[in-house]
Amino acid sequence: MFKTITRCASKFVAIAAVSLLAMNVHAADPIRIGSFLSVTGPASFLGDPELKTLQMYVEKINEKGGVLGRQLELVHYDDAGNASKARNFASRLIRSDRVDIIVGGSTTGATMAAVPMVEQARIPFISLAGAVVITTPVKEWVFKTPQSDYMAAVRILNDMKTQGLSKVGLISGTGGFGSSGREQTLKAVKEIGGIEVVGDETYSGSDTDMTAQLTNLRNVKGVDTILNFGFGQGPAIVTRNYDQLGIELPFYQSHGVASDGFLELAGDSAEGLRLPASPLLVPESLPESDPQKPVVEAYKSEYEERWDAKVSTFGAYAYDGLMLAVAAIEKAGTTDKAAVREALESIQGHVGVTGTFNMSADDHNGLKADSFRILEVRDGSWKLIN
Amino acid sequence: MFSEFLQYLFTGITIGATYALIALGFTLIYNASHVINFAQGEFLMVGGMATVSLTAMGVPMLLAVVLAVILAGVLGIALQRLAIAPAKNADVVTLIIITIGASIFIRGLAQLVWGKEYHVMANFSSDEPIQVFGAVLNTQSLWVLGVGAILVAVLVYFFTRTLTGKAILATSMNKDAARLVGIRTQVVLMLAFMVSALLGSIAGIVVAPITFTSYDIGIILGLKGFVAAAIGGLGSGMGAVVGGLALGVVEAMAAGYLSSDYKDAVAFSMILLVLFFLPRGLFGAKVVERV
Amino acid sequence: MAQLSQFRLKGLLILAIVIFAVPLFITNPFHYGLATQIALIAGAVVGLNLLVGFAGQISLGHAGFFGLGAYFSAITTSTYGWSAIPALVVGAIGVAIIAWVVGRPILRLKGHYLSMATLAVGFIIAIILNNEREITGGPDGMPVVPFDVFGWELSPFGQYTLFGMEISGDLAWYLFAGVILLVAVWLAQNLIDSPIGRALRSVHGSEVAASVVGVNTAKYKSLVFVISAVYASVMGALYAHYQGFVTPAIAGFDFSIILITMVVLGGMGSTIGVIIGAVVLELLPQLLADFQDMEMVLFGLILMLTMIFMPKGLLPTAANLLAKRRKKSAGGDV
Repeated sequence: MFKTITRCASKFVAIAAVSLLAMNVHAADPIRIGSFLSVTGPASFLGDPELKTLQMYVEKINEKGGVLGRQLELVHYDDAGNASKARNFASRLIRSDRVDIIVGGSTTGATMAAVPMVEQARIPFISLAGAVVITTPVKEWVFKTPQSDYMAAVRILNDMKTQGLSKVGLISGTGGFGSSGREQTLKAVKEIGGIEVVGDETYSGSDTDMTAQLTNLRNVKGVDTILNFGFGQGPAIVTRNYDQLGIELPFYQSHGVASDGFLELAGDSAEGLRLPASPLLVPESLPESDPQKPVVEAYKSEYEERWDAKVSTFGAYAYDGLMLAVAAIEKAGTTDKAAVREALESIQGHVGVTGTFNMSADDHNGLKADSFRILEVRDGSWKLIN
Repeated sequence: MFSEFLQYLFTGITIGATYALIALGFTLIYNASHVINFAQGEFLMVGGMATVSLTAMGVPMLLAVVLAVILAGVLGIALQRLAIAPAKNADVVTLIIITIGASIFIRGLAQLVWGKEYHVMANFSSDEPIQVFGAVLNTQSLWVLGVGAILVAVLVYFFTRTLTGKAILATSMNKDAARLVGIRTQVVLMLAFMVSALLGSIAGIVVAPITFTSYDIGIILGLKGFVAAAIGGLGSGMGAVVGGLALGVVEAMAAGYLSSDYKDAVAFSMILLVLFFLPRGLFGAKVVERV
Repeated sequence: MAQLSQFRLKGLLILAIVIFAVPLFITNPFHYGLATQIALIAGAVVGLNLLVGFAGQISLGHAGFFGLGAYFSAITTSTYGWSAIPALVVGAIGVAIIAWVVGRPILRLKGHYLSMATLAVGFIIAIILNNEREITGGPDGMPVVPFDVFGWELSPFGQYTLFGMEISGDLAWYLFAGVILLVAVWLAQNLIDSPIGRALRSVHGSEVAASVVGVNTAKYKSLVFVISAVYASVMGALYAHYQGFVTPAIAGFDFSIILITMVVLGGMGSTIGVIIGAVVLELLPQLLADFQDMEMVLFGLILMLTMIFMPKGLLPTAANLLAKRRKKSAGGDV
């Protein structure tokens, strides 16, 4: 009798132990963070630092014990800037890899191609792309970390106005970034008032000389400033051509070139140009009272130490995306998708590298135009203007 | 008004000269083998990227240029020996696909070795542009034009005065006949790939200070070079040069006077116009007749 | 000839069996997605193969026709509320006219001039799609409504009943794409066996001989070019509905190159072969995705080596090998 009882008991203990172990295993299941980025192809200067940032901070978070006691696991694919590929990889992340949240989408095209899939699968998605359409109108499951190009346009145009400039010669790339930036600039001009676009030229991403377009803009009657919206090497060529042509008008660029790599390419010819950017380029100029200062400084030094490469604004989008995801999961206390989405939407005062995020049901970006700082190139480096 | 026109012309001729050199490379290989070598742009990339990375390692500029050109030449030979020659009985289309595979492979390697960033190469001479009747000319443009002219002159001499050059020409006219008179056609093919790689890499180096350089710069410049070769009649050296210059000038003029949105479309419709109205290209027919 | 048709019928049957057997091995909806795309792209490649394999001409701009079909359907259905089928048909007619206008004068010339003309046309189409932001959404692309037939919608996210069975939208789309591919192959094979096809094969054999016996080679070549463009347009339209989103990349030069590579890799002139080409070239990036930085190098290397050692393409080379072995073993028996 006793024997049977002990046998039963030991059996019970064994079963309990096994199931406990199983539960433990279950609890230690990693949180899967999915990502598709344009690591190669024409948008690789976005995807490359973004991937490096994600890899590095997933490691760092894991070293510190992970999130909710679980390790993070990064599952990432390279969409090479191709929207069809992006959609396929989003599908693979959701259906095959069964990730808990997606942080990715370097370009607007890649992001928008994945959106129907994401909305259908009901999984939180933090995009790293800029265009307004991503979060306006608000899509239930889609968030983004960069400020929209509309905000950049507003910030630039307002700075122009304070400088007493009112007739803008606009030149833009025909790629996704430049094309959307051009559209938003034209829209912002109407809404702000007191400033107008008097010339409108474009160049394709692979162009090697923009002298003709700039000559046209210079010859427009009354033009008093020139704005270039584009990214990649194109804006650097525009800047050099601008200098070679000896154009003396105040020159503005977009946040698309806010990186030290751009300064290296453009060299002396970048002297005096202005652009809106995240404070990442000028951490030392930030006042001590600025809440972003420690975050920005930490990201910059950690990234540069780990990768032996200069930080870029775009990598910071991935940093903010990952940190928002982690904050939301911690806040929700679970990886339940609906709960994480709720938590993301209610994040307030989250200090990131790009700005301070205040999400709400009507705002899945959570940043204001003043999170952009206006910088000027002086003596080959960035100076904070305001 | 005139200064504007001059400005567009300078821009067009500079980039057109680059297209012309690439188009010459296409033409050489096309003549020798009827293959459209889609890896042509990669020679250009290798020239620019190797020079940049060698100078960054402290190699003097001139030596870096020589080494980069040699590297491209070796690559050209390797492409012919390792990829084109083994598939000797293959259809021309198959050979074209092989060159596409090769270009992806070379680009992939370049990306691994040199990274994905764009790189700057300093102007060969002064950074201070020259003023001509109100238009501005970058000193590097003079380098591009000068080097281009020298290369064309050397090629003309090579093909009309040297035995090797004549052998290549003969092979391109009639492979079997060439073989019968004792020309080793495989060697000729190899030479064609090598010379075309040398041309491409030199073009890539002289133009790099204007365009910057990166692992993927070869895609679009190679394609434009092909378009130039097609306008010139694919197979005519003179056509390649004129086609290249015409393409560059039309692009710049279209950007200046018509629409910068559609300047590339204007360039591509040139192909259609030439095919519709001058089906052998600008110079295609003449060369064939001369034989 | 009867034997030839029988051989072709066998090919169609095998293809049908493979297509309908695939769901037995798929458990993951992501794989249905891939299979659906492969089937649609394979349909376009079957059309392109008619041009390459039977008229001996190369198109370097077929993605332009694919993209034009896709965008025509996307714009008319999503922006103007057309029904999917009329949109697809009108789009295909438009593409046919463009192909005819471009092909007719150029195909009178001997040589590979069509490749240059199609390259130009493809680029011009891609540039227009990219620049006309108001209509096409520009480089960032535009969303597309699901495919519909008489008010009945087919969406990969839906739920459907087929013969009393509940099936997911992914499976439904896959079956639909599979049937479309079968129809595409059947039509292509009928074309090959028709008088037009025979005329075409004679053109490919010797153009001079063909024209001597009274075959109007230019006319037949233009016709087959138009047909291949229509294939691309129709498949592009379906692809747009399936993806739910289009960007100008699907009209781009890169995709044109991929399409022609599928034909050559699989085996020019072999309808089943080029489908295999499409399968391999679509799956390869998925398989290589884990290699990350090495992906491009490996892709280029695999493409190069395959073409060097199997210049006739995957299927014809495999068939040759099989035939040789059979001959050998038959010889051994004697």
